Amino acid sequence: MIDRRVLTHFDWPTFFVVLLLAAVGFASVYSATYTHMQTIYRKDFYWILIGLGCLLAAVIINYSLLERFGYALWGSSVGLLVMVVLLGRSTAGAKRWLSLGFFSLQPSELAKLALVVALAKYYSDRPLPARGLALRDLAVPGLLLLVPFLFIVKQPDLGTAIILWLIFWTMAIVVRINKVTLTGLVITFAGMIPVGWRFLKPYQKARLLSFLYPGRDTLGSGYHVMQSKIAIGSGGLAGKGFMHGTQGKLMFLPEHHTDFIFAVLAEEWGLAGSFVVLGLFMALIFSGLNAANNAKDRFGFLVALGITSMFFWHVTINLGMVCGVLPVVGVPLPFISYGGSFLITCMIGAGLLINIMMRRYMF
Amino acid sequence: MSGYFGDKEPVDLKRRVFAAMIIVGAAFFILAVRLWLLQVKDYDRYAELAQNNSIRLLRSTAPRGVIYSSGGFKIADNRPGYELYLVPEDVKDWDQTRQMLKRLVNIEPVDIDEKIKKAKGRPPFQAIKLKEELTWEETVKVETYKFEMPGVILEVSPKRLYIYGEAFAHLVGYLGEINDKELSESKPEDRYNLGDYIGKYGLEKSLETAIRGIDGGKEIEVDALGRKIKLVNWLAPRPGGDVRLTIDLETQMAAWEALRGSVGAVVAIEPSSGRVLAMVSTPGFDPNQLSTGISTEDWAALIGNPLNIMNNRAIQGLYPPASTFKPLHAAAALEEGEVTPQTRIYSGPAFRYANRSYRDWKPEGHGIIGVHRAIVESSDTFFYQVGLKLGVDRLAMYAKGFGFGTRTGIGLANEKSGLVPSPEWKQKTYGKRWYEGETISVSVGQGYMLVTPLQLASAYAAIANGGTLYQPQLVEEITRQDGGPAQVFTPVAAGALPISFENLAYVREALFGVVHEDGGTAHFLAASGLKIAGKTGTAQVTKLIERTKDVKSIQYKFRDHAWFAGFAPYDDPRIAVAVIVEHGGFGASAAAPVARAVIKAYLGEPPAAPQGPVPQEATPGPAGDEKQPISD
Repeated sequence: MIDRRVLTHFDWPTFFVVLLLAAVGFASVYSATYTHMQTIYRKDFYWILIGLGCLLAAVIINYSLLERFGYALWGSSVGLLVMVVLLGRSTAGAKRWLSLGFFSLQPSELAKLALVVALAKYYSDRPLPARGLALRDLAVPGLLLLVPFLFIVKQPDLGTAIILWLIFWTMAIVVRINKVTLTGLVITFAGMIPVGWRFLKPYQKARLLSFLYPGRDTLGSGYHVMQSKIAIGSGGLAGKGFMHGTQGKLMFLPEHHTDFIFAVLAEEWGLAGSFVVLGLFMALIFSGLNAANNAKDRFGFLVALGITSMFFWHVTINLGMVCGVLPVVGVPLPFISYGGSFLITCMIGAGLLINIMMRRYMF
Repeated sequence: MSGYFGDKEPVDLKRRVFAAMIIVGAAFFILAVRLWLLQVKDYDRYAELAQNNSIRLLRSTAPRGVIYSSGGFKIADNRPGYELYLVPEDVKDWDQTRQMLKRLVNIEPVDIDEKIKKAKGRPPFQAIKLKEELTWEETVKVETYKFEMPGVILEVSPKRLYIYGEAFAHLVGYLGEINDKELSESKPEDRYNLGDYIGKYGLEKSLETAIRGIDGGKEIEVDALGRKIKLVNWLAPRPGGDVRLTIDLETQMAAWEALRGSVGAVVAIEPSSGRVLAMVSTPGFDPNQLSTGISTEDWAALIGNPLNIMNNRAIQGLYPPASTFKPLHAAAALEEGEVTPQTRIYSGPAFRYANRSYRDWKPEGHGIIGVHRAIVESSDTFFYQVGLKLGVDRLAMYAKGFGFGTRTGIGLANEKSGLVPSPEWKQKTYGKRWYEGETISVSVGQGYMLVTPLQLASAYAAIANGGTLYQPQLVEEITRQDGGPAQVFTPVAAGALPISFENLAYVREALFGVVHEDGGTAHFLAASGLKIAGKTGTAQVTKLIERTKDVKSIQYKFRDHAWFAGFAPYDDPRIAVAVIVEHGGFGASAAAPVARAVIKAYLGEPPAAPQGPVPQEATPGPAGDEKQPISD
């Protein structure tokens, strides 16, 4: 299955970028939780080890297998989402987890990969229309998106749903959508914004409003962002030093080791640290695009591009939210935020990028 | 399926990768600029905010609406109370803080830990309430030592003050901290939080939404030692709506004074509208004590008291109406034609029926009398016989017509509906058939029939006003908290008595006779000059005791309950009253004086007390002249 020739092309730079990000992530989670939640950073360590195992597994298999079983993967990911509805564990009003005894799985994270693979398979199975995808060409891909999307909205997990949506359109636009269709879609979605507003939960509306008018509710929904900005801003150029942050540690946010972990990091490592992390993510995304650019077939190209878009949207939305340029949406930061299912998803994604890069000469 | 080697290199797609790279670069550039703005350009500002470390959240409790009497006197008000808060994140030395709190305000360290544990999941830096109702001394002590206890904050917040204490205890009720059950049952938009106060009883409970107000919040900036520097943000609390009751303060206080020391209830109603003028239940409790954190022992004593202190007897106490039912019975019999004003019946010392002897309260009997005199003298044997003619079904129908057996809908929690017995009811409840002997009991308001003092007052108010049964009303108006027009409540007619105007007038005349004729059971009230019309009643507690007027010789718990129900002035009724005194013995001696005190407080001292009964005409209207009573 694995060819020695392939190993010589192992994409070491990407692998190191991932290792560094995971290390930065562990250090930040440790600093954020060692005072009061010791179990968290220990679990984070185990998750990283498990994740690296998954990464290697994703490197070793030949990705043509994914193409063969693309729809089956998609089907089983939807199956898991159905199981969440039936047997899921609820926490704080959301039903997102499947309890597997010693740990809990969040199937919505794996759904992102499954969607990428299924879409890549669909677009590479048939000749693409020269003038771009028309509405009817988007019907089946739309279905592939909509089924997991609706399950995830129902949970509710708005952040993950938005990511699925963005991955879908990124891939469709790269495959190319007919100009007329694209214009029509943009107009339709713009028109649907007021309708969508009515479906949002009150807390989601409050977050959006406090983003648009920052002074509106500093006691409530605006509080998190204000505190996050204080943490990042007070880090300055060089930061306060590892484990010397004051804002992050003081539990100013319930999500300080998950969605808002970057604030902890930026406070302790300053602009220097923020730029290093930003650079690492840029390297990851560029090497993902590079893998796509070098892929030997359309399926490989689309998988690499879809995974890269997942990373891109996660990083942009998360950092934008933490810095106060985007509204608060529950989107974690790849490799750094605490959370087992998402870490494993990212590791597998990175593994596939390496996989595609490595097999670029295999004909 | 596209094979492994089937696809050519997707050159056309790859052209777009370059565009993607530019987009990614642009996004990262924006993020980098943003980070530079935060961490370099505005560094000083954020560093200072972090240094001061910095924003603390304190909730500001909204003052509850003030409750006024009908005349505009404050009954429930708000006063400032000192509260002690703790921001755990600001505590530097836990041992010292715990010790000092124990020494200064006597809070046990375990209690502190428990409060912190309970507040788990609060937003960080939100203060936790440790203690309320600090004494002046404690406040001064905390203020003095506050620099040695970073994280401890003193705040003033409104507390409830019940100015008349026990006199309004059951009616107005009290507040208490919201419990887990209430919290989980409350709607999210009501925004109740742990530690909030909520109306637990009486009007405080039923008017909760209207008078609660909307809490605000304060964002205060504190220094590194947790000391308040300045108010950063202030979301003013919105006070709740003020309430004006229909209660007349003087009448209520008179009722309370008159009933104090005994067990019972008073309800006074304005006959022309159903507005409740007074509502008292004794023994009372201290709502101020209950609202400010009562000790567990005191609470247990209150709950465990055999007299059921926490029951509002005016709406929850169930008693046989006894002789106060006779006027209603008479009205029914007149309406049905079973008796007429001309009917005369021999009413001896006892009535024999089905081999049993049913005694009259008067050992020597009343002789041959008519309806009027039967009410005046409260003859039992007369109504035994009329009751048998009328039958239990018709008695029950009319009793219901007077509002018995149904909640009045006054708007207080746990109001009882009472009981109007009938053969079907007995069959259903006990699975036994109805005996005629039981009809005899019901005909004088004994047996299974049960009413609340409120129902009785309401029925007498309807008799007084010529036949309109009003829904008793407690609230006159509520000022809206959003400044909109006040909500004004108008009288609601719940129904009409099934009795003609003439027959009601006849009954009213007899009720006047009870007070103003020789031999009337409440004749001694005539001297008050208040033109009271009414009826005494004595609800039997047990049949075993030989009845005697020497009440003191009977053991307390076997003494009968004393009733008085009536209205005044006779010719222009402005107040209807029902009084029950539990184990008070005869109605005339225990309950009637209470009623007199209440009526007097409302109507004021009469100009000149007329001597004895006043001449009357045959069919007086509600405001008509009075007539010489028929004497038999």
